[in-house]
Order: sequence, then C-alpha cells, then structure tokens
Amino acid sequence: MRVDVDMDVCQNYGQCVFAAPEVFDLDDAGDLVYQGEVDDASRTDVEAAVMACPVQAIAIPD
Amino acid sequence: MARIVVVGGSLGGLRVTEGLYAAGWDGEVVVLSAEEHAPYTRPPLSKAALTAAPDLATLAFKQRPEAGRAEWRYGVSAVSCDLDARTLRLSDGTDLSWDGLVAATGVEARRLPEVVGTGGHVVRTYDDCRALQERLTTGTRLVVLGAGFIGSEIAATAVRLGCEVDVVALDDVPMQAPLGREVGAAIQRRHEREGVRFHLGRGIASFTCGTDATRVTLEDGTKVEGDVLVQAIGSAPATSWLAGNDLDLTDGLVCDNDLRIEGRRGVVAVGDVARFPNPLIDDVPRRVEHWQMPMDTARRAAATLLSDLTAAVVDTAPFAPLPSFWSDQYDLRVQSFGSLAVADRAEVLEGDLDDEAVVGYFRGDDLVGALLLGMPRQMVRVRKMVVAALAQRQECPRDRDAPAAGGAA
Repeated sequence: MRVDVDMDVCQNYGQCVFAAPEVFDLDDAGDLVYQGEVDDASRTDVEAAVMACPVQAIAIPD
Repeated sequence: MARIVVVGGSLGGLRVTEGLYAAGWDGEVVVLSAEEHAPYTRPPLSKAALTAAPDLATLAFKQRPEAGRAEWRYGVSAVSCDLDARTLRLSDGTDLSWDGLVAATGVEARRLPEVVGTGGHVVRTYDDCRALQERLTTGTRLVVLGAGFIGSEIAATAVRLGCEVDVVALDDVPMQAPLGREVGAAIQRRHEREGVRFHLGRGIASFTCGTDATRVTLEDGTKVEGDVLVQAIGSAPATSWLAGNDLDLTDGLVCDNDLRIEGRRGVVAVGDVARFPNPLIDDVPRRVEHWQMPMDTARRAAATLLSDLTAAVVDTAPFAPLPSFWSDQYDLRVQSFGSLAVADRAEVLEGDLDDEAVVGYFRGDDLVGALLLGMPRQMVRVRKMVVAALAQRQECPRDRDAPAAGGAA
C-alpha cells in the first residue's frame, strides 16, 4: 500500500511516529522521514497515524 | 433497531462513531452536534488560524466512510438525560431514546460573569476564532485574561501580528500549574523579549469591557487598557445535561478504566469530559485535555459499548494511554510526555531553559513525565524514556499508598 505525506503541511509533530514507528521517523534534524510504500500488515498502524496527525498531512491514496 | 446516541459532535464524537461501526456495530448511531459545523480541529484556533481568516474546509477532519453511516444532527444539543429511562430531551424540544449513550460534550470556555454580553472574546470554537481573528490587526491593543496555554498562544500569535499585548493573570508565571514555576518563568522571558507585557500574581479589582474598549484595574491599582479583550481563563466540562442522575459532576464524568460512567453499563464518556484512572500513572480518575485523548478514549469506549450491548468480545487489557501535549509559541515547540500534573518537582535534564531543554518531572524519585522545549531531535528518545519509566513504576510501584500531589513544582 502507498502512503503520502504532504510535506508542505507537515509540521513534524511526530504523532505518526508514535502510531506507526515502522513507517514514520524523525531524522537527526527532527524532520519527518517515511516510507512511501509499505506492507499491508502496517495498514492499521498507518490508519491510526492518519487520524493522529494534528494537521492531517497523511493520506492513504488507494 | 438498537440505537446509540453520541452527545457531542467534535473529535471524540466522530472517532467513537467511526470506531463503533468499524468494530461491527450494526444498529443506529445518532450524533448530536451543538455546533453547526462538521467536526474540525481545534489546536490551530489559538495559533495559525488566528493569523488569517480561518478556513473551515482546511480545519475539518477527514472522516472515515463509517462516519457517514450515522445520522448527524447539527445545531442540536442534549438538554437533559434520564439514565434509568434511557431517554434524552433535546434542544429542539424532541425526545430521543437510546440503548447506548456516549458523553462526548467536551469542555466549554469559562467566561467571567461580568464579560457575558459585552464585546469580550473567548477562543474555543471556530466561530470564536473567526470573531477574534477579525480584530487582530497591526496596532490593536489586546488584553488577554489568563496565562495558561491558550492565553499564552494567543498572546504569542497576536504580538507577532503587530498587536500590543497585555496579559493579566492570577498565577505568578505563565502556564504555572501544568509546567511549574521555573519553566513558566523561562517561557515568560521569551514572551517579554517579543514585547508581551505581563501583569501577574494579582487579582482584578474592577473592569469594564465593550466591543472597542476594555479597561482592567488590578488589586494594586495598576490599570491596563486595550481595544479588545480575550478571556482565556480555562474551561469547564459540559455536563449540566446529565444533572439529576445522581452522578458526581464536580469535574467531568467519573469513569471506570473501561470508560463506563460510574460503572453504568452501556453509558460511556470520551475525550475532555472523561475522568478515568490511568494505570500508567495511578488509580486516581483524572480528565486529560490532550490531543490524542479523544482518539484513545473513543477506541476504548466503542469497545466497551459493544461489549455491553452485544456479545462482542473486547480488549480486557488495562486502558493506559500515554498523556502527551504540545504547544507552539513563536518558534518554540513545547512538547510533553507523561503526567506532569502529578509531579512534585521539575529538573532540567539537558540544555538550558532559555534556549532548548529537556525537563524531567518527578514524583518523589520517580520520573512521571518530561517536557521538551525545542530539541525536536530528542523527541522520540525522550518519549521512550518516559514510557519505560512509567512501565517500570507500574511493575514495582514505590509510592502506591502515597497521596497524589497537587501539581508540578
């Protein structure tokens, strides 16, 4: 499955990192990094990340 | 068909509705929303949404398809409820019976009685935000009553917009209760460098407030004058509609760990009104007005309702969500993990409060929470540290019998 993050909207709140640590992370500068293509096993976690994002920057396009 | 009524149409109401259908509820769900707007995000209302005309389309939550299966009644609130008869009286004069009830009414901004009916503002809803935003232009003199998170965020936003800002509060430093004196004082210095003026530790002797002029006289005779007044003096749980049911309504709705209100089957609370014990911290029921709580409590409350109303098998693990909040003021992000509210002492673990820092919050010798001022690259590590410390306390509590402390140092 695909994961999209609108990096113009993202403000690095990190809520997605806590919801789906296998998909999202903060780099050494505190900026979000993520995998755009993930295993379906992570769907529940990514859906939780979508809901947890304070600025609604995350989407599952399919 | 069996019916669940969700009283409150904000984030908690939305997520519990989605959660009920996602978990297999096949009955009716009716959501009562006092506001006329579909559920929207509130954190920006005291920050970015005040800097330009707030856009409801941007603020509205993306909804899961399940939310559309519910009947949403906008502009309708619950006036009263009979928990034994399982009925609600609504603001449109109709009655509604239910099999399951979700209290998701959240909190309302507190208002000084003297300000009601004058031009004084609050910031809780989209409409509130819009009304204040229109007044925040360069040169506007803004008086902020209250120096908690909302008051501090409004002050920061307004001074950056070119307003003259005076903050009046009873506390000695901003955000004193949640963060403690030392951290509050450090954040006050940042505000003062930006030009915000503080009048703290003193009550108000008298004041007048109109649409275009406000004048506050403090107990020591200090006079603070401005064009616009905003009250940010805290909030109160919206529970009056549940009066008459012999419930303890002193501070929200007292819930068990499964979010049943006073143990009543089929009756749950979510979000800011839910006062529940969190085994990560202790067994004292507390309300937690944090971003993640409506989502966490909604998931658990939906499972509890399904268990009470159907034969569904539910999660029996203790409900133990990690408290966590953030605040943005100027370019500083304040981020907490754990329960600062139960700490009796705060200690700088890394950095410098006037720059960037990690602050540990302790109850006795136990770390119960941590706060980051800036330091974004430490966030994941600090959260792990708090989670590990709380888990260890849970396994071998040192202070199980100790009374709960009143607040941070």
